[in-house]
Amino acid sequence: MKLYLKDGTVVEGESFGSDRSVTGEVVFNTGMVGYPESLTDPSYAGQILVLTYPLVGNYGVPSFAKATEGKPDTPPFESRKIQIAGLVVSEYSENYSHSTAKKSLAAWLKESGVPAMTGVDTRALTKRLREHGVILGRIEHVRSRRSNIGFADPNKENLVARVSPKKKRVYKGGRVRIVAVDCGMKENIVRSLVARGATVIRVPWNHDFTKEPYDGLLLSNGPGDPTMCGATIENIRRAMEKGKPILGVCLGNQLLALAAGAKTYKLKYGHRSQNQPCIDVRTGRCYITSQNHGFAVDAKTLSAGWEEWFVNANDGSNEGLRHKTKPWTSVQFHPEASPGPTDTAWIFDEFIASLKK
Amino acid sequence: MGKLKKVLLLGSGGLKIGQAGEFDYSGSQAIKALKEEGIHVVLINPNIATVQTDERLADTVYFLPLTEQFATQVIKKERPNGILLGFGGQTALNLGLALEKSGTLKKYNVRVLGTPVSAIRDTEDRELFVRRLREIGVKVARSHAARTTHEALKSAAEIGYPVMVRAGFALGGEGSGIVRDAKELAEKLTEVFRSLSAGAGLPQVLIEEYLGGWKEVEYEVVRDRADNCITVCNMENLDPMGIHTGESMVVAPSQTLSNEEYHSLREIAIRVIRHLGVVGECNIQYGLHPKTGDYRVIEVNARLSRSSALASKATGYPLAFVAAKLALGHTLPELKNSVTRTTSAYFEPALDYLVLKVPRWDLTKFAHAAPRIGTEMKSVGEVMAIGRSFEEVLQKALRMLAVGAGGFTPLDSKRLTGQAAHYLDQIRHPTTNRIFAIAEALRKGVSVQKISSLSHIDPWFVEKMKNIMEFEKLARRSDLLGRSDLLWKAKRLGFSDAQIATLKRTTPEKIRALRRKHEVLPVVKQIDTLAGEFPAQTNYLYLTYHGDSHDVEPGKKSAVVLGSGPYAIGSSVEFDWSGVQALKTLAAKKFQTIMINYNPETVSTDYDMSDRLYFDELSLERVLDIVEFEKPRGVFVSTGGQLPNNLAIPLHKNGIRIFGTRAEDIDRAENRHAFSALLDSLRVDQPAWAELRTLSSAVKTAEDIGYPVLVRPSYVLSGAAMSVAADRGSLIAYLKRAAAVSPDHPVVISKFIENAREIEIDGVARNGRLVVYAITEHVENAGTHSGDATVVLPPQRTYLETMRRAKEITKKIIRELRITGPFNIQFIAKDNRLQVIECNLRASRSFPFVSKVTGYNFIDIATRAALGEDVSGNYRTVELDFVAVKSPQFSYGRIKGADPTSRVEMASTGEVACFGDSYSEALLKSMLAAGFRLPKKNILVSIGKDESKLKLLPSLELLRDMRFKLYATENTADFLQARGIPCEKVYKINTAKKLDVTSLLANGKLDLIINIPTHPHQGESTEGFKIRRKAIDLNIPLITNRQLAEAFVTALAEQKGNGLKAKAWSEYRT
Repeated sequence: MKLYLKDGTVVEGESFGSDRSVTGEVVFNTGMVGYPESLTDPSYAGQILVLTYPLVGNYGVPSFAKATEGKPDTPPFESRKIQIAGLVVSEYSENYSHSTAKKSLAAWLKESGVPAMTGVDTRALTKRLREHGVILGRIEHVRSRRSNIGFADPNKENLVARVSPKKKRVYKGGRVRIVAVDCGMKENIVRSLVARGATVIRVPWNHDFTKEPYDGLLLSNGPGDPTMCGATIENIRRAMEKGKPILGVCLGNQLLALAAGAKTYKLKYGHRSQNQPCIDVRTGRCYITSQNHGFAVDAKTLSAGWEEWFVNANDGSNEGLRHKTKPWTSVQFHPEASPGPTDTAWIFDEFIASLKK
Repeated sequence: MGKLKKVLLLGSGGLKIGQAGEFDYSGSQAIKALKEEGIHVVLINPNIATVQTDERLADTVYFLPLTEQFATQVIKKERPNGILLGFGGQTALNLGLALEKSGTLKKYNVRVLGTPVSAIRDTEDRELFVRRLREIGVKVARSHAARTTHEALKSAAEIGYPVMVRAGFALGGEGSGIVRDAKELAEKLTEVFRSLSAGAGLPQVLIEEYLGGWKEVEYEVVRDRADNCITVCNMENLDPMGIHTGESMVVAPSQTLSNEEYHSLREIAIRVIRHLGVVGECNIQYGLHPKTGDYRVIEVNARLSRSSALASKATGYPLAFVAAKLALGHTLPELKNSVTRTTSAYFEPALDYLVLKVPRWDLTKFAHAAPRIGTEMKSVGEVMAIGRSFEEVLQKALRMLAVGAGGFTPLDSKRLTGQAAHYLDQIRHPTTNRIFAIAEALRKGVSVQKISSLSHIDPWFVEKMKNIMEFEKLARRSDLLGRSDLLWKAKRLGFSDAQIATLKRTTPEKIRALRRKHEVLPVVKQIDTLAGEFPAQTNYLYLTYHGDSHDVEPGKKSAVVLGSGPYAIGSSVEFDWSGVQALKTLAAKKFQTIMINYNPETVSTDYDMSDRLYFDELSLERVLDIVEFEKPRGVFVSTGGQLPNNLAIPLHKNGIRIFGTRAEDIDRAENRHAFSALLDSLRVDQPAWAELRTLSSAVKTAEDIGYPVLVRPSYVLSGAAMSVAADRGSLIAYLKRAAAVSPDHPVVISKFIENAREIEIDGVARNGRLVVYAITEHVENAGTHSGDATVVLPPQRTYLETMRRAKEITKKIIRELRITGPFNIQFIAKDNRLQVIECNLRASRSFPFVSKVTGYNFIDIATRAALGEDVSGNYRTVELDFVAVKSPQFSYGRIKGADPTSRVEMASTGEVACFGDSYSEALLKSMLAAGFRLPKKNILVSIGKDESKLKLLPSLELLRDMRFKLYATENTADFLQARGIPCEKVYKINTAKKLDVTSLLANGKLDLIINIPTHPHQGESTEGFKIRRKAIDLNIPLITNRQLAEAFVTALAEQKGNGLKAKAWSEYRT
């Protein structure tokens, strides 16, 4: 099978997933573990994912069991299906071994209809993406007829609308009520909040939650260009009038910034890894964070009431915001980890604590 | 906190099992980190072969024993403001703790930098450790500390057998082991307590829950004073708990851990390290249950370790350098990532490759040594392979061991017969050959599941191993040579050209040609710590077949230096030193330097040592791959010991330029027949020898030459031992057992000359003319391997006439072989007759010693000579105002069952050297530096032959005069009493008579044992062996060589009351 990039590059490999051909935005992730988590992360919707760690599939895939009503699904799945458009690796490990494994990664990809290719010089491909920025691409299966499906830019469509649930769901927890706007929310955000004793009201991206009774508002992660989420931004603006605590995560950081009148832009090749160092501007302390985003907040456009909370130690880009007086904060990284380091889980602790006040 | 002006750095001393070259790496990095801040660095380290003791690295170097006495003297004299304890292994840590405990550090206002002493104690004292971890709810193996045998037995009964016994403050798991019942425990404890009370640590053991079969996982953690904390690398041991991590094959990053497991252990690591308050670098080890995911923290090493050296080389993250900066008070975010130079040191490397570490053992060098591996470390070195598939790194690593394996393949049965016979037994009860036994099992069709359940190696790894064996089968029956897709597959599975050639019954040259035709070629990839996410100007490279484009362009005006490969007995840090010196000279001469090496314990593989580092195999195939890509001006093969030296001729035949002496001339020196003829033509004397292919001809020749004879296999592979045969019987026994003489495996028999002395000349020549040389003499007579000898410079007892003649012979040989570069010639001297026994056209083991003692860097001179520079000059190397003595460092404590006598086969794992104003001062210091302790009162003497007794009589009289209390075994006691030397008679082991040897040894009062074997060259499982072995197991100083005993006693008498001086290296030279 072949991967065609819009710049004319053609990469050959062997198929180990579904026989389908797909188009998408080609991005890379440098994490060394956590493929079940990454593949089911809705933020990857529309993307062909290149994993830089060469051996993938080693520990297989556990079976997915739907949780009972009112409970979040169990790890390691971040949603109920594979979200990526396609997968590219250096060496797919046909044999797998783990006490929790129920099937191989290949079997899972096939039953999910997701194409995957192995035998690729993923380092060379990553360097190309780094130098040119993310590129549109398409995976073509040799057996499928030359479809000439072209290159479709997923960021031109409203990916959030695609991955966001259609209905409201409630996870029963404690007294504290949090409305979580699901723009493609990772399951572990729900798990993190419920584990800290919150009741979570999970609502679709365009749901008018301002009528819900809640103590705090969580803006989730999600795929694509944040400016596509006009409805969410409008709702956030209205929620701000209430003055209740808000925590944004990833796309949530961008949506909060947009609601506050700042601007976002597309990064050349995004941050997708589990080792992004972020500095807490208030303390100088640095944290290793898990990230997956292609857009970022332009901190220069922040209005007077706002300040940067975190910045990226590598490239200085914005990694979080806080309002100077109001209880509104957001982070560009993933405090819920999964996959990745758990160093910033305290952000949920602080958020919940602020709701109990 | 005042500003630091002067810092004392403690080194780790001679290389021994459990503490090897990795501390040269960490110490050198620390020195660079300190000097960058303008701090004056004082270093104590008697390991003269290290890079860290080089000129222009530390400001003041003391070649002194790492003992409280000498360290206190140095502190008193130098008055440092700070001290670093974490860069010299367990030796430095223990010494630091002792200095703190005695109040020395406080008295002289020396601040411990980095991890505070209290935190070190928390990690070292098992009871404290367990308590501290429980404070934060972290699980540790159920355990009890015990100070007496009674306590220990009680704890063990509570926990339930089998239990794990660990000694506190032990390096490399010394004294630890699995104990199955109360009787076994009681026996073990006697030994452990005795040896602990003689050492620096508290006499304390830990009785611990046994976690055999659990996965073993490690994390390297870095923390700064501001509480920023990261894990730089995680590593998974293929071998489960129950096999020491130093004995395990280790892969980084982990391969079979899920995100949940990886990150929960990471989170615990950070929590623990924060709680303990480590500042700098440390290592945390876990047991992880393969089914339940339950974990136990096993231990924390609050210092740089072998694992951290490995992690540093595995990731490219300069752990030791960063740790030193953090100890000075810097924080992680303010330090730069020295690899990318653009990002900060506060990050966790992302790998887009994997590495595999495999230990290198040399147990076959020791008679009687048990080949089993377990909770105690026995390996002497390690290799690390980098690649992009497990099969690729496995096959690379096994070749890198240089033990004769072409990859993942069964060893030939002859070599296995020396070990526990059946391959399944070796898998169940692991031996040093377990991995090869697995290859054999897979080839014979044993299932992955069975192998995994016998070995507790995760099936994932075994499946990968099976892939290799399956391909072998496929390759045999398919048209491998006609199909480039299959060739690609073979190379991606790590097969070498030689392996493929064997499978297809052709030659490696033909496979290479075929690959080039089909363009099946490896690519050069960079290690950049960020998996390609950011551009990096890194020079850290490896080759792989899993790729289609190079990361770098070939360099310009480059020169390649071949490294030394794994540390092993006979090839150690001295060759790393030599390689580093060559790199430095080449860099000064404006060459772009390229180092090829794969030993993670080395300085030569540091990121700042060469312009390009190829961390890859030193095989002909791989060196050709690199050379064909880089097109250097030439290759240096003469600084890395025998491994690269063996490549001289094949490289030359492939049209590669070798710097220095011509390949044909190297061949003439290496080829035994050619060299012998050359000596004859020069009328230079040599011991009579012959190469023989049958048993009968061997016996006949030995009788012609006259016993005793030296006998060895003609082609010395690792493990094929040399031996001395005293008579017909022992010769035949040897030929049958060890060498298996046959037309394909000839043996060499040569005259063994008794009571002869050995001298060596190390030097540099240019165009066949001698440039600089140093003559050294051995204290021990011929019969002790030159690597195990005590070496003196300048010679003290060699006649001027002998030296003059040795130099004449040397000049003749140099001229004949047209030597340009380093060389070493060994002579036997008896009754004014000189015979040449060995000649190497490469740097020898003693190059760092002679360079540092004479003050002339022999490698620098040799490298410049090889580049064509005129290096002639007036080098003064004979008349020195001081004496230097180099002593071997043995690791017999680790090699259970081995007989600790010196013989023709090398057994030492390292060396140390000290200077003195007199021979006796230098000798005593040097012996102390190698772990010897001076006797206070009680000495046991047991001397074999009458000849030895008579020769040692003056020494024994000296001991009497010095008022030592002498004990002697039966015959020796009779001999002494007959000559008026008072002594107490000691009866044989297991006799009813009082006093018997066993009780004398056990009562713990002996300060020294002098035991001279009757037949030093034959293994004897007699009384003498038992005494020697007990001496080692109970950590009592032991001398087994007559000449060394004489020299030691004389030195002791001369130095009595003189106080050994703590003078810096520079003070001797001015």
